[in-house]
Amino acid sequence: MVEFVKNFIDLLFGDMMSNFDVRMLVMWAIGGILIFLAIKKEMEPTLLLPMGFGAILVNLPISGAITQVINGEVQEGALSVLFDAGIANELFPLILFIGIGAMIDFGPLLSNPKLMIFGAAAQFGIFFTLCLASMFFPINDAASIAIIGAADGPTSIVVANKLNSEYLGAIMVAAYSYMALVPIIQPPVIKLLTTKKERMIRMPYTQTEVKKITRILFPIVITVVAGLVAPASVSLVGFLMFGNLIRECGVLNSLSETAQKVLANLITIFLGITIATKMHYESFLAPDTLLILGLGLFAFIFDTAGGVMFAKLLNIFLPKGKKINPMIGAAGISAFPMSGRIVHKMGLAEDPQNFLLMHSIGVNVSGQIASVIAGGLILNFFM
Amino acid sequence: MLQNLFISFMAIAFNPGAFIDNLYYMGVGMLAIIFVMGVLIGITTLLNKFFSRKKNDKDDK
Repeated sequence: MVEFVKNFIDLLFGDMMSNFDVRMLVMWAIGGILIFLAIKKEMEPTLLLPMGFGAILVNLPISGAITQVINGEVQEGALSVLFDAGIANELFPLILFIGIGAMIDFGPLLSNPKLMIFGAAAQFGIFFTLCLASMFFPINDAASIAIIGAADGPTSIVVANKLNSEYLGAIMVAAYSYMALVPIIQPPVIKLLTTKKERMIRMPYTQTEVKKITRILFPIVITVVAGLVAPASVSLVGFLMFGNLIRECGVLNSLSETAQKVLANLITIFLGITIATKMHYESFLAPDTLLILGLGLFAFIFDTAGGVMFAKLLNIFLPKGKKINPMIGAAGISAFPMSGRIVHKMGLAEDPQNFLLMHSIGVNVSGQIASVIAGGLILNFFM
Repeated sequence: MLQNLFISFMAIAFNPGAFIDNLYYMGVGMLAIIFVMGVLIGITTLLNKFFSRKKNDKDDK
């Protein structure tokens, strides 16, 4: 009887026990934390939940979800197939950009185009982190790590792929996790760099009508200019602006709604769980990953600081009454619309009558454009 | 496991000179992005002015 039970257990769990590694438990814990953050804290649940579940899925002993060699035979896993079909060739992030483009209303930016300069200033973290990361990694990996600061998952994936970075998995995880953690990362940095008086600066908003023709021409112009300056990023900018053109043209409302909701949701489901294929314990639990997570955090912090400090610099030259609330500079990172909302909330916390939303959202969408252009410049430098 | 992690940490190359070498890319990158966004500000401002003026002209007539 004892022999029978032993054989039965061997039959059921033999393969599992021989392929088990204690590091898998660590990855299950990481997956659990991501799921907890998604459900309990509602932090970017559309991405963190699939990533957390995927992290558990790919770290089961001889998981059939990922491609592996068993007894000398290659057995394809569904998630690895999805990765090759949608992420390795950059298809998922680009299609997602159509949905994001269709979601963005450039109105606040078009009515005050000067806000675009903050989008540029807030890319400082990317270039500073490039220098930092180059001390530890080859330049193609350093550039891919730096682009985590773009706070833009699709751009991170495209840049890391095009530069053949071996750290694609860690970069994707860092980019999406930090995007979810924007409400935690940005406020202390903003508070550290600004005084209460500065945070209370009111910025009146005068709504100006933006003509439909301007809204239609804007995505086309952006695509042409960005394409001329950074041809390598033209697919990113092009897909983003194509989505926006669908939204603004006024004759494709059904397509616009589909892009914003069904298409974006569908791609997000697959993107999140497919990213997890790069969260296998053998590659993920390495000191390089910890370093990449640390550098990614630096990039976010310095992006925020770049935007805030640039606004403070402008304030030196602006007359009284025309001063800018430096907090809006922090919205120049492209985590849309979270960053814009955080700045607005921080403004309200200091002064319940200070409504910064339209300014901060304007800066936030300019950050979306600037981060894609920054990605293109990085590709121009190192491809 | 921790020992292996520590050993791999120590194996990471550290080249502080690369920071200085790549400051060039930081400078050029920031200048380029400010330039491009400046061009976009200019074009958007012109678009706004051009199309709002046309409408005003029509109104005048």
